[in-house]
Amino acid sequence: MRALKFLLQKELRQIFRDPSIFFILFIMPMIQLIILPLAADYEIKNINLGVVDHDHSEYSQKLINKIVSSGYFRLRDYSATFPQGLHAIELDKTDLILEIPAQFERILVKENEATLFVAANSINGVKAGLGSAYIQGIIQDFNQDVRMQWIQLPRLSPQPTIEVTSSNWYNENMNYKVFMVPGILVMLVTMIGSSFASNNIVREKEIGTIEQINVSPLKKTQFILGKLIPFWMLALSVLTVGLLIARIIYGIVPLGHYLTIYVFAAIYLLAILGLGLLMSTYAQTQQQSMLVSFFVTMIFNLLSGLYTPIESMPQWAQIITKLNPVSYFIEVMRMVVLKGSGLVDIKYHILALLGFAVFFNTWAILNYKKRSG
Amino acid sequence: MISNEKVITADKLTKKFGPFVAVDQISFEVNKGEIFGFLGANGAGKTTAMRMLCGLSLPTSGTATVAGFDVYKENELIKRNIGYMSQKFSLYEDLTIRENIRFYAGIYGLSDQRIKEKTNLLLKQLSLEGKEKTLVRELPLGWKQKLAFSIAIVHDPAIVFLDEPTGGVDPITRREFWSLIYEASEKGITIFVTTHYMDEAEYCNRVSIMVDGRIDALDSPANLMKNFSADSMDGVFLQLARKAVRNE
Repeated sequence: MRALKFLLQKELRQIFRDPSIFFILFIMPMIQLIILPLAADYEIKNINLGVVDHDHSEYSQKLINKIVSSGYFRLRDYSATFPQGLHAIELDKTDLILEIPAQFERILVKENEATLFVAANSINGVKAGLGSAYIQGIIQDFNQDVRMQWIQLPRLSPQPTIEVTSSNWYNENMNYKVFMVPGILVMLVTMIGSSFASNNIVREKEIGTIEQINVSPLKKTQFILGKLIPFWMLALSVLTVGLLIARIIYGIVPLGHYLTIYVFAAIYLLAILGLGLLMSTYAQTQQQSMLVSFFVTMIFNLLSGLYTPIESMPQWAQIITKLNPVSYFIEVMRMVVLKGSGLVDIKYHILALLGFAVFFNTWAILNYKKRSG
Repeated sequence: MISNEKVITADKLTKKFGPFVAVDQISFEVNKGEIFGFLGANGAGKTTAMRMLCGLSLPTSGTATVAGFDVYKENELIKRNIGYMSQKFSLYEDLTIRENIRFYAGIYGLSDQRIKEKTNLLLKQLSLEGKEKTLVRELPLGWKQKLAFSIAIVHDPAIVFLDEPTGGVDPITRREFWSLIYEASEKGITIFVTTHYMDEAEYCNRVSIMVDGRIDALDSPANLMKNFSADSMDGVFLQLARKAVRNE
């Protein structure tokens, strides 16, 4: 194992001699963690509203004011007819039309019942769905106000209503960033780890130095370990920088132990780096390995539960997420950071990742051939 | 220095890539301490033959031993006893001279004390003292090649394989390179070298000339010139190489 010492020394020297290391270690985590969580916010705001008001009454005015003052909508168009309102949607000026029929106020007062019409542009389904839901909520609220004002309340309400109050656990304020930042950190560590590892052996193939290694008595396991360990340390450093940023900028302090995160990350990285090394034993050029690792990490990230809940994926996709190391780490990160889970709570995750680590690394060692056929 | 002990033996050694026969049943022996030249046009099969002997490529058929070890089964044992300098420059350009020496000496299992001694010796031999902290990428090609050769024999192997070590190097540096080869040979290291330069072929004890994957001639330069009634190795080579049917 003395040879391993020389391999590690050489690899670390090369890594730290490369000027891009500073960028990778500090600038990349900063940019990703500072910009992405702010942009990737699922709460929909600034929905552009178009209004077609045929009533022009006090009530219709009140309703519109109430909607706009909610903060979710911006009044962008005020048309006289529905076709004109629709035209505004077609021009992408508005996302949602609220049509208030003529004599809305009169009918409401007289008959205790009136209808409104909401049309949403559902090219962006999430925006349309949430927009309609928000506006319905506001209208309901408005409805209550009207009832309180105008209708003599009977002693016993004829329509008993069940009101649901919910309390949010683990992330009381439903702060989106607390949920996203740990996930984005996982993505970052994964990207850096896998692309570094997958490029490295291929680079030696391209330069030709691998031939000199292959003609030496160095063992395959030593060579792979010599590649694995430096990137493992590098990725753990990036994780540390990321956790510091999360703490300083977002005030995210894990409820669980940092140690739990590191223990899991250490095993997780063995798996991800093993996969990267495996890809590099197959690729002949850095271009190939870049493309493949880009493809794999993209699929891993999209199927990881980072952006969309795994539970709402179709059955087959849920099975794929079980084969995706990234999804385990994201889950563990959220468990430790938000719920305060400990090592016992994540024992199955640890076992799964150990399995991945052994599988990928064994495959990489087997596929790395010192002699060509 | 040349003894009768055989350090390389090859018998009907063959390498096929699909239907293409890169090396066609070559048989030869190399004595301990010999400088053995391996000549041939581009694509004649020199590098492939050398790679099989170094344990980098698995032969299709035939037998061969290097330093007494079988190329099929004992290829990892062969690797302890040989040095190899490939056609492609293969030191780490982003490491310094000292770091390269240390790395290669280290992976061959030299002790720290021995690495230190070797480094000093090597720097002195190449007149690179004071430059040990220079990145290898900043060295001129000739220096790089001399350094690569010295590192290839840093662990005192029984045999060193050199694949066109002087390609693209100026005549003065080539001469210096060959004096390094002689020095190594005097220490008892067997030299197996491929080259395109016919003046270099004349520096060898014996040369073999490969044409289309076969060895068409094998003898000392003097005998070859006599047999082919040529006044230089150039003449011998041209007579043989013209028979080639295979393109590059």
